[in-house]
Amino acid sequence: MISILVNRHLKRILALTFWLSVWQLCALKVGKELILPGPFAVVKALVNLAAQSGFWINTVTTIIRIISGYLLGVISAVILAILTCRYETADTLISPVIRVVRATPVASFIILALLWMGKSNVPVLMSMLMVIPVVWENITAQYKATDKNLIEMAQAYRLSDWKKFRYIYVPSAFPGFLSGCLTAMGLAWKSGIAAEVLSQPKAAIGSNLYYSKLYLETPELFAWTAVVVILSMLIEKIIRFLLFRGVSHENK
Amino acid sequence: MRISDLWFNYENKPIFEGLNLEISDGITCLMGESGIGKTTLLKLIAGLLEPQKGTIENEYKRISFMFQEDRLLPWLSVRDNILLVTDKHKEADELLSRLEIDGDLKISELSGGMARRVALIRCLLFDSDMLIMDEPFKGMDGKLIEKAAEIIKSQNKPTLISTHSLDEVKALSAEVITL
Repeated sequence: MISILVNRHLKRILALTFWLSVWQLCALKVGKELILPGPFAVVKALVNLAAQSGFWINTVTTIIRIISGYLLGVISAVILAILTCRYETADTLISPVIRVVRATPVASFIILALLWMGKSNVPVLMSMLMVIPVVWENITAQYKATDKNLIEMAQAYRLSDWKKFRYIYVPSAFPGFLSGCLTAMGLAWKSGIAAEVLSQPKAAIGSNLYYSKLYLETPELFAWTAVVVILSMLIEKIIRFLLFRGVSHENK
Repeated sequence: MRISDLWFNYENKPIFEGLNLEISDGITCLMGESGIGKTTLLKLIAGLLEPQKGTIENEYKRISFMFQEDRLLPWLSVRDNILLVTDKHKEADELLSRLEIDGDLKISELSGGMARRVALIRCLLFDSDMLIMDEPFKGMDGKLIEKAAEIIKSQNKPTLISTHSLDEVKALSAEVITL
């Protein structure tokens, strides 16, 4: 077991080392930090950034914005999924809107939102809008795939609507909810950061990405991007842990 | 119970074409080869399917139905599966003990025969005035079949059971109708 874990970690480290080497070689070949800084230059820029208090304020503010949008999106998606699964009229009304939201480019929403609201709220709204269709679709797909045999059993034993909902439909839809939540986290990050880049609110990673590009500070641009990637992966791991811990607790 | 001129078909496959049947109170076993329509008839009597033509006169309206598949909720324990349809905690524990099942087990931990016994207990404890059971002893050995048959008989309810086994008919001391 331990050797399998060591092997797996070793493979990952080797893969990472390989790609970092490729990056470094490309940077050496290009020879201009302005166009392609190497990993060492990026790490140096990251260390310099981390030494400034502004870095942490920007990072924490962005995390709060994106997590707020994400949570609002998940809550809205659950409410909408319950409505659309339960009431045919709600399904007829809501489903096309969600499909339109899903198909609309995030940039269009950002530009529209900039006309309607304050800069700092745009990333929250964008994260929320990108989360809703994913979580909603996952829940409704699983809900519709609920085992017909169990529904017939509930009918035979005259289970109340509440019991059917609580003990059959919710557990059936729950795996869809979990996978939707995990997929949506990555989307929330991407859309939230894109919204920050375009709206440039105060104290935001996205705004700093934009300024780095504007002032041709390419190592900083890479460093901020690395921050986004690391945070996205870290928060996805935390959410995965929280959700699956909830499931195993429920199963005990 | 009287079934008159019953017609039923699945899409274009006819199952019953004018079936007439009288079933007395007590325990009745429905026998017949696979695919002849035993399960369909049980579901029609229970009201889970609607006949296309004909009538089923049954004075018993609250029917407990044991399906051919166990249809237990995998996310609930054995005891919670039973208590989903009844409030009879004490009776549930008593029957679980008689049929040698630990109520705290998860459904995934049950063998086929154990799951069948859980489905049987759920069916017996549902507040009903008639029992309909589709192959209730599937996966059980001789000794357990006898125990389960004794429990079914002790309910003193009109009971309709589909089976392929004459041993089960004997254990239930039941009347037989062959389709």
